[in-house]
Amino acid sequence: MAWVEVREVHKQYQREKQAITVLDGLSLQIEEGEFVALMGPSGSGKTTLLNLIGGIDSPTSGDISVAGTNIARLSGAELARWRSNTIGYIFQLYNLMPVLTALQNVELPLLLHKMNGAERRKRATFALELVGLGDRLGHYPRQLSGGQEQRVAIARALVSDPKVLLADEPTGDLDRKSGEEVLQLLERLNTEFKKTIVMVTHDPHAAERAHRLVHLDKGVLSA
Amino acid sequence: MAIPFAYNVRNVMQRPVATLTTAIGVALTIAVLLAAFALAEGFRSTLSSTGSDANVLILRDGADSEVTSGLSLEMASILSAHPNVALAASGRPLASFEMVTTINLPRVGQKGASNIKVRGLSMDDIGMRITPKIVEGRTFTPGTDEIIVGDRIAPRFAHCRVGDEIKLQKRPFKVVGRFTTEGSSFESEIWGDARALAPVFHREGGYQIGVLRMKDPSAFEAMKKEWEADPRLGIHAERERVFYESQSAGTTGLIRGLGIFITAIMAIGALFGAANTMFAAVANRGREIATLLVLGFSPIAVMTSFVVESTIVALIGGVFGCLIALPINGITTSTTNFQSFSEVAFQFRVTPQLLVTALVFSAVLGALGGLFPAVRAANQPLARGLRGG
Ligand SMILES: Nc1ncnc2c1ncn2[C@@H]1O[C@H](COP(=O)(O)OP(=O)(O)O)[C@@H](O)[C@H]1O
Ligand SMILES: [Mg+2]
Repeated sequence: MAWVEVREVHKQYQREKQAITVLDGLSLQIEEGEFVALMGPSGSGKTTLLNLIGGIDSPTSGDISVAGTNIARLSGAELARWRSNTIGYIFQLYNLMPVLTALQNVELPLLLHKMNGAERRKRATFALELVGLGDRLGHYPRQLSGGQEQRVAIARALVSDPKVLLADEPTGDLDRKSGEEVLQLLERLNTEFKKTIVMVTHDPHAAERAHRLVHLDKGVLSA
Repeated sequence: MAIPFAYNVRNVMQRPVATLTTAIGVALTIAVLLAAFALAEGFRSTLSSTGSDANVLILRDGADSEVTSGLSLEMASILSAHPNVALAASGRPLASFEMVTTINLPRVGQKGASNIKVRGLSMDDIGMRITPKIVEGRTFTPGTDEIIVGDRIAPRFAHCRVGDEIKLQKRPFKVVGRFTTEGSSFESEIWGDARALAPVFHREGGYQIGVLRMKDPSAFEAMKKEWEADPRLGIHAERERVFYESQSAGTTGLIRGLGIFITAIMAIGALFGAANTMFAAVANRGREIATLLVLGFSPIAVMTSFVVESTIVALIGGVFGCLIALPINGITTSTTNFQSFSEVAFQFRVTPQLLVTALVFSAVLGALGGLFPAVRAANQPLARGLRGG
């Protein structure tokens, strides 16, 4: 079985009594260590698919398994525990806690693991050094540039050593140069640390970094 | 594992205006609560400090206050002869039989008049209950038309200053001293020699109450039983302290009840204030909350976090409320004691327990106010929360 296995997944949303189908029997396989770019027009269901793989949402029907666990039927609490051990999520708008410092933001996911404070600090510091922000530990998000914020968010996503990194338009809100830094970082996480990455993007230039391009259109994959 | 406390503290500080508005609502509620309870506590402690557990107080059966009681001379001698009544070195029983009545005196600097207790006693005998401390002038000379006035009423009622004259049933008495009794309700009374006062009030044939010192205070119940069963007596016996404390119960309950009523109304307002603030906070931080949930924090952890945040705000209010109420500690006020229909002056007492209770109450207000917003925060659909602002 593939590292990420999406099988015959349907996803419907209920909007004012009318069911709209976002994913229509979609299947996808991603191997361990792959770097996949997911492209497609706005509204084609990219975020929805990423959320399903990340256990943030559940499919209407079909199966999804990640690193050997079938998550389609897990309960909310089981999914929450599973996410904290398996998934690192990177958002378009970074989603850092504004009132916490860079270090505290990166420590946050580690609070869900058995670990003392010193160990937590050590790991979070290491993750921030890895993304090139070892000198910004005490900075608050508003004291950082967009590119730096996104790198803090990447540090947060990788600090608990997840099995899959999911990035939803990670450069969508960044200028060219910062975007480039973020892409280089993701590439390095893939080649050097063997992280499996699924990245949604609009930018063909960004998609070039990936091993594989997957196009999504109207709820199904196109070649 | 819980979302760090610092996250909530900083969020609270991040919105000073909303925090302050909510906190002020809680502060006012707490201040009112404290004022009412400090009033009740002051009243209770004044009356309960009026008696000793080693003394037994005698009223005529059926009388519920000193003023309405009556004991005959014969009853006094039967009571004094009981073997459990302690004796002075001279061999005399340690007992004080007293005349108690009220007079109506106008207030100073305020409209209206109030009933003041007048106690006729013998200075030799009252010593077994309490020895008044003369803070101005001197004590009364036995057998003369001289009186002394309690410190709590001297400045507040007409004709009560040292050197003044008070007409008791049209007969002038001279105020020769002002006294204190360590804060007890005696400080709201006028004292004179029983032999001079009794004829004026036509009370020569007996007394209102008697207080006797017990040799063995633990034998009180047996003594009470024996006396209350004695057909010659027809009396009701109580420990002195218990009696005065019970005299405060009605008024204390009334003040507390009123306080609770007003506090409850204000607390509802404060509760909605806290809930409102937290609903706004939850709405503003939808994406942040969704992110916490995505990271793997449980809905319970998120809920707890928001309840804690609301509690922090309310506790800030609670501390403010305590600071507002603290200065009333020690302020003297007075009320009519509904049991004896006489004026008792006392001080607001803001005790440490009261402060702790108030803080706990403010925390509960905050937690309750934060509960519904917190539940909403914890249960928002994740995928939608991430899309929202
Ligand atoms: N929670 C939701 N409720 C209703 N409709 C939704 C919800 N989430 C997404 N949709 C709809 O699903 C479709 C796909 O959305 P999305 O996955 O965000 O697309 P993309 O990320 O490719 O732009 C859109 O039409 C969107 O409006
Ligand atoms: Mg999207």
